[in-house]
Amino acid sequence: MHASMMEMSPPSADAHVAFHVHGLTKTYRSGEIDVQALRGIDLDIFRSEILVLLGPSGSGKSTFLNILGGLDRPTSGEALFREHNLTKMSDRELTLYRRDHVGFVFQFYNLVPSLTARENVALVTEIAANPMKASDALAIVGLEARQDHFPAQLSGGEQQRVAIARAIAKRPEILLCDEPTGALDSETGIVVLEAIERINAELGTTSVVITHNVVIAEMGNRVASFADGRIADVRANASRRSARSLRW
Amino acid sequence: MPILDRKLLRDLWHVKGQALAIAAVVACGVAIVVMTYGAMMSLRQTRDAYYERYRFADVFSQLRRAPERVTSQIASIPGVAAGEARITHYAALDIPSLNRPAAALLVSLPERGEPRLNRLALREGRLPLHGRDELVISENMAQALGYRPGAHLSVLLNGRKRSFTVVGIALSPEFVYTLPPGQLMADDKTFGILWIDRRILEAAYDLDGAFNDVSVLLSPGASEPEVIRRLDALLSRYGGTAAYGRADQISNAYVDQELEQLRTVALVIPPVFLAVAAFLINMVLSRLIDTERESIGLLKSFGYSNREVGWHYLKFSLAITALGVLAGMAGGLWLGQWMTGMYQSYFRFPFLEYRIDPAVFSAAVFVSFAAAVAGTWTAVLRAVGLAPAMAMQPPAPTVYRRTLLDRLGLDRFVSMPTQMILRHIERWPVRAAVTTSGAAMAVMLLVGLFFFFDAIDELIDTFYFQANRQDVVIGLVDQRGARAEFDVGHLTGIRAAEPVLEVPARLSSGHLSQRLGITGLRQGTRFRAFYDAAGRSFTLPERGIVLSNKLADLLAVHGGSKVDVDVLDSARRHAQLSVSGIAVEHVGLAAYMDQRALAELTGEPHTLTSVQALVDRAMQERFLKRLKDIPAVATVSTREQAISSLRDTMAQSMTIVIDFYIGLGAIIAFGVVYNAARISLSERGRELASLRVLGFTTGEVTYILLGELALLVVAALPLGCILGYGLGWLMSAAMETKLFRVPFVIYPATYGTAMTITLVSASASAVAVAWRISRLDLISVLKTRE
Repeated sequence: MHASMMEMSPPSADAHVAFHVHGLTKTYRSGEIDVQALRGIDLDIFRSEILVLLGPSGSGKSTFLNILGGLDRPTSGEALFREHNLTKMSDRELTLYRRDHVGFVFQFYNLVPSLTARENVALVTEIAANPMKASDALAIVGLEARQDHFPAQLSGGEQQRVAIARAIAKRPEILLCDEPTGALDSETGIVVLEAIERINAELGTTSVVITHNVVIAEMGNRVASFADGRIADVRANASRRSARSLRW
Repeated sequence: MPILDRKLLRDLWHVKGQALAIAAVVACGVAIVVMTYGAMMSLRQTRDAYYERYRFADVFSQLRRAPERVTSQIASIPGVAAGEARITHYAALDIPSLNRPAAALLVSLPERGEPRLNRLALREGRLPLHGRDELVISENMAQALGYRPGAHLSVLLNGRKRSFTVVGIALSPEFVYTLPPGQLMADDKTFGILWIDRRILEAAYDLDGAFNDVSVLLSPGASEPEVIRRLDALLSRYGGTAAYGRADQISNAYVDQELEQLRTVALVIPPVFLAVAAFLINMVLSRLIDTERESIGLLKSFGYSNREVGWHYLKFSLAITALGVLAGMAGGLWLGQWMTGMYQSYFRFPFLEYRIDPAVFSAAVFVSFAAAVAGTWTAVLRAVGLAPAMAMQPPAPTVYRRTLLDRLGLDRFVSMPTQMILRHIERWPVRAAVTTSGAAMAVMLLVGLFFFFDAIDELIDTFYFQANRQDVVIGLVDQRGARAEFDVGHLTGIRAAEPVLEVPARLSSGHLSQRLGITGLRQGTRFRAFYDAAGRSFTLPERGIVLSNKLADLLAVHGGSKVDVDVLDSARRHAQLSVSGIAVEHVGLAAYMDQRALAELTGEPHTLTSVQALVDRAMQERFLKRLKDIPAVATVSTREQAISSLRDTMAQSMTIVIDFYIGLGAIIAFGVVYNAARISLSERGRELASLRVLGFTTGEVTYILLGELALLVVAALPLGCILGYGLGWLMSAAMETKLFRVPFVIYPATYGTAMTITLVSASASAVAVAWRISRLDLISVLKTRE
């Protein structure tokens, strides 16, 4: 967190909680229709856990993730990152929050097509407070040999791994992944999940992963199931499976 | 280099076609400003430097004959810094290669050394040696006739033929522009200036120890009217016609009016161009940035601040604009220099001082960048105003409505693609309006510029066919008795001839006054028709005076008003006449009177300065040749030659500029449509590719995109014509000068040409875009989201 924000914040009530979410709702307009994307979410997300958000499309997972990442604002309710209320932050504070604490991975990679793999990562490391080297981040996802390729020269899995490298290069406390394997075949998907797993293990990054694939849910510490803008159920996996062992 | 800058460079490269089109529009706007102002200022600077270095006189007077000793009296007039007394005389020339008469103004050169005033700029050769039959010829005539030093030239000195050797070719600040006696247009082949040793002219014109022409240079701070008053008082007993200042000196008046016209054109057109360019940059860049919405959301999701994102895209726009500005400046400088050079050959300045005003530069640059920043900023604000999550999502499906067509139940007559076009236009009315107005501006510029050529045609038609009906005007070497008319009236081929008397006079009304020649015409003249403001023709009344409309404006008089007339010859007679009619004319200032009444006014009946005639077409050649043998005849102008001379001289200076503007107008038309099409393609590429996936042919898909543009461009045509009409009106009003008015008329063909150029430009850009549509990547559409 930005230094000044840290100083102003009260001491943490529970040092193990990364996010405390309460009564979160979100309604937005799509064209001429009001869509109630979230209808009251209550959830704590713990530090260094992998939380899988499961649910059919339209169930509100992405909206929830976007609010956690400071990309969107809820209609009501509150979301606290440690003690900082994301819902009350200004645009400027949200920008700094994203810059310093959050890494994103999107379903469609969202790489900048005019930049090479390394440059796409450097796009983030240039503005981060304590980043790793772009090439080191690419090494973590096994792409050091492809770092000078443009997105168009990379396969889908490779592009997604670049996106992950880009997300983790700043050493974020939070890694938010929206359907990271949605556009990939299972083999490539597993390589991508392994990267997420490894980062969680090595850097202790709190990771929230959206999927509608129940198999992937098995690699999480906990699984929250979304339906119709609500959390239907949260369960802890008694035994996590490694990404490598997953099959779908 | 920061990564964002690298992205910037690659993004620029990616949109290079569009970037170049935008830069071209910016470059046009800047280049026109730099070129026009540069040329204008350089010509003024050049003229001023020329006048100063070659000691162009301030006051001039012609007289009948004054003894040499009067020179010292002139020099002692307070305010006179220097005076030059000389002999000037019109003389006919015998030029075998010409099949019509030619003449020259002979100007004496002092016995020793160079003239003190109105110095010659020798282009070639040397000055004549004392006592030799040598002369220096003005460059315009030398070039027109192909004379070089060493050539021989026969001059009729007071009726006697004498052969001279051309020893030099020169320019003079006094004769930047030369007008043959009795004529309205310059004709370099048949009229020039010859500088000859004074002794020869003294002997030929019986002016031993005397002079008939004086020029005076004023000392700083001297009062010109006061010097003129004293000079007139001194010279009146020597037959002095009224002295006059630079403002009434013919060459200087023409140069001034040309520069004035150039200035007004510079004041009207470049700002219009720059405004159009600014509008286009604004429109194009803001739409270009709109297409970057997702990237903006992405950068924000990484934690880039609004300022950083804004600056990034601002740099993008600034880079494109900077390219345009640099190209515009370089091009404008180059063109300005070239244009100044063109004018220089037209004006005949011996040297050229190219100068540009940094303030003009800065203004053009500032306007261009301000437009770019404004366009970018609004678009960036739109994008950063969205939450990043929203920005990164494909925009929610746009709400389309049923169009008027649907509501009227006509939709079943229209294909689905056509409905898409109509709904798209109806959904984005502002965007459609912007594209349409962009194209309309191109049409406007073209109509408003082509108008000039219509105006010239109109001017020629009204002046040379409706108002003046003679085939030839014969200018006489000197004012002769009425016998000259008799002489030419007998020549074979002539169908009718009438003498014309021209008397220099000052017309005044209250404190307003103008110096000009009053034209005396015969009662019931067949050669001259007058038209009033309503277009009705009227005949020359026996009493009173008819003024051209511009003259009436300058004197602030109307029909029935009184004007004071002072005849500017040695007798200085005065009369008060009533304005009996006002004639609409586009060229010069003119006043017309009954010939007898005018002769009475001067007290010298039966004098004439030119003869106008109708000539049998088949005999015209022979007739002109015969005129060469009549010593009294100085010059002849035929209607065809006068018209081509008008096109060459008055029209030429403007045509250079206008041609440029038209080319640039076409570039703007292309730039607008190309960018509108390319941006539409990037906005709707996915949609169109999806249609291709669904089985639409390339042609059908192309139709959806280009059909819309075609509709918008077609809608722009009438709008552009209306705006062009307005611009034409503005131009005609702005270009009005004392000597030349641009009639306001736009022929239907002009609208056609302007619309055709715009359509051709638009089609060219459509072809470029159609080629891209045919290469849409269908697979990537299926694989990735927008």
